[in-house]
Amino acid sequence: MAIFLTKESKVIVQGMTGSEGQKHTKRMLASGTNIVGGVNPRKAGTTVDFDGTEVPVFGGVKEAMEKTGADVTVIFVPPKFAKDAVVEAIDAGIGLAVVITEGIAVHDTAYFWDYACQKGNKTRIVGPNCPGLITPGQSNAGIIPSDITKPGRIGLVSKSGTLTYQMMYELRDIGFSTCVGIGGDPVIGTTHIDALKAFEADPETDLIVMIGEIGGDAEERAADFIKEHVTKPVVGYVAGFTAPEGKTMGHAGAIVSGSSGTAQAKKEALEAAGVKVGKTPSETARLARERLTA
Amino acid sequence: MDLFEYQAKDLFAKHDVPVLAGEVIETPEAAREVTERLGGRAVVKAQVKTGGRGKAGGVKLASDPADAVEKAGQILGMDIKGHTVHKVMLAETADIAEEYYVSFLLDRTNRTFLAMASVEGGMDIEEVAATKPEALAKIPVDAIEGVTEAKAREIAEAAKFPSELVDQIADVLVKLWDVFVKEDALLVEVNPLVKTADGKIIALDGKVSLDANADFRQPEHDALEDKAAANPLEAAAKAKGLNYVKLDGQVGIIGNGAGLVMSTLDVVAYAGEKHANVKPANFLDIGGGASAEVMANGLEIILGDPDVKSVFVNVFGGITACDAVANGIVQALELLKSKGEDVTKPLVVRLDGNNAELGRKILTDAAHPLVQQVDTMDGAADKAAELAAK
Repeated sequence: MAIFLTKESKVIVQGMTGSEGQKHTKRMLASGTNIVGGVNPRKAGTTVDFDGTEVPVFGGVKEAMEKTGADVTVIFVPPKFAKDAVVEAIDAGIGLAVVITEGIAVHDTAYFWDYACQKGNKTRIVGPNCPGLITPGQSNAGIIPSDITKPGRIGLVSKSGTLTYQMMYELRDIGFSTCVGIGGDPVIGTTHIDALKAFEADPETDLIVMIGEIGGDAEERAADFIKEHVTKPVVGYVAGFTAPEGKTMGHAGAIVSGSSGTAQAKKEALEAAGVKVGKTPSETARLARERLTA
Repeated sequence: MDLFEYQAKDLFAKHDVPVLAGEVIETPEAAREVTERLGGRAVVKAQVKTGGRGKAGGVKLASDPADAVEKAGQILGMDIKGHTVHKVMLAETADIAEEYYVSFLLDRTNRTFLAMASVEGGMDIEEVAATKPEALAKIPVDAIEGVTEAKAREIAEAAKFPSELVDQIADVLVKLWDVFVKEDALLVEVNPLVKTADGKIIALDGKVSLDANADFRQPEHDALEDKAAANPLEAAAKAKGLNYVKLDGQVGIIGNGAGLVMSTLDVVAYAGEKHANVKPANFLDIGGGASAEVMANGLEIILGDPDVKSVFVNVFGGITACDAVANGIVQALELLKSKGEDVTKPLVVRLDGNNAELGRKILTDAAHPLVQQVDTMDGAADKAAELAAK
């Protein structure tokens, strides 16, 4: 069953004709994703050939949905145009918009998040600045490599792309139901809590691995949620114990401000909620393994 | 990017927020002429990106131009919480009747913006929030609608500004919101916002933080960067488009992806506990899909850091192909050698993921005497820490 994305998902790509869009559409197709179209108003009516698969290009998200029944869009457009692309996806009422783009101005993200809320949150937004999500063996919406691991019973939610890959690799023999990269920006659509809620309800997920990092209080709030609402075992990891105060560590959202947003505070909050927290990715993987085989 | 007070003041003035006249100087003698222009008296204010400068003696009143030269001389070069004062602002004096507080900021938790306002300004607002939370009004601001005149009045009234001032305060709030949105700010804070004896509302001190992600539509922001204060290694890395932060340890770190690099720093610090307490020397994310050239640039920066005793290259290839990373390492070492730089620092490399086999083979075949490969992240961190401790 998995969460958010299954083999039934019909995926379109906004920005498919750009270099990043092309590269990753090809990879998504190769990993079995049902890509039904791309969007580019200037190239509407044409098709793009991906190793023998002809993918049609539509003038807009709404048109693509009408003609293909698409219910997921993956957005690769440059930061400058990202706000308009997401607003278009929301206006079209698509169910899931995965925003891969890195470097979107926070005022633009706040705008399209507000817009999604005003439209009743019919469009789930994942990202921005994220690797997307993968349901191994079924569908891959974004840039997560599909050959790291196989279908299994661990659900993974993470702020970081490469830590997602690392954790998938560490636990590759067990496999994953769905891995969701929620992104490292200060404002994101789908949160740890949203993914935890979905994994809790997913009969095919037995254990949840949650990866956080410095900045904000999303992990602390996730801990509160786990305490109240999650019955499945959760194993956690937090990156950035050695990060200095006031410095942005790569991700726009990864910054310790004063005494808030520290890795230590997040770890303590998670542990108080009964989450086993690993000191390193490998120890986290070991804790997950122990919980599953106990 | 955090701005200096004088830069914040300039942005305020650009958007018609009322401020006092002021000029920035870097030598004491320049204070004379400026003070004369300001009417013979001035407030001399240290320009540092930290709070508490008043208590530290970084703000002084000068009663005449000669006094301004003396006060500027006292303040220039002063150390305030580790920040050396290189610039002072001379500002017009004002007859202050009341001190207030207003700010707009990003509210990450609620994924929206927040207005904060208080009639108890002039002091540390965190202290007000902690000791008298009822004195600090917090009003969410809708990102699309923004601060309209009605919203501004709502904020002013929530903060219990005297009714005769609400119109004036609301007007200033709308203009400050302009600064916040049009300049792509993450924070706009005025503390204190003052009422003068003759009833004017003026932004007396300002703090602004700008969103670097918006640089594409804010070409003027580049000039606001304090390039002189940047660490030379950070500046060199920035010029090459690398995401680098200098830290104060001995193990140079290169990795791909912000999360994995942060994690690498932690793992190295843990490993260092067993090896003379060595620590990571930097954060460097070469990003997704990094090429050999990017790898070479990164390695050059790190090997140029005199504090670095060993280097740990930690890559999990997602989009990044490990063969490109391996080629980058080999090329970087050749490049540095051809430049006549003597590379003597050992490199520990861990490659996994996309084309890892190929990457490992490239390094094995190159057989560079300073490069060694370790299979796991923990093992490689331990080796790099051990080498740095030697």
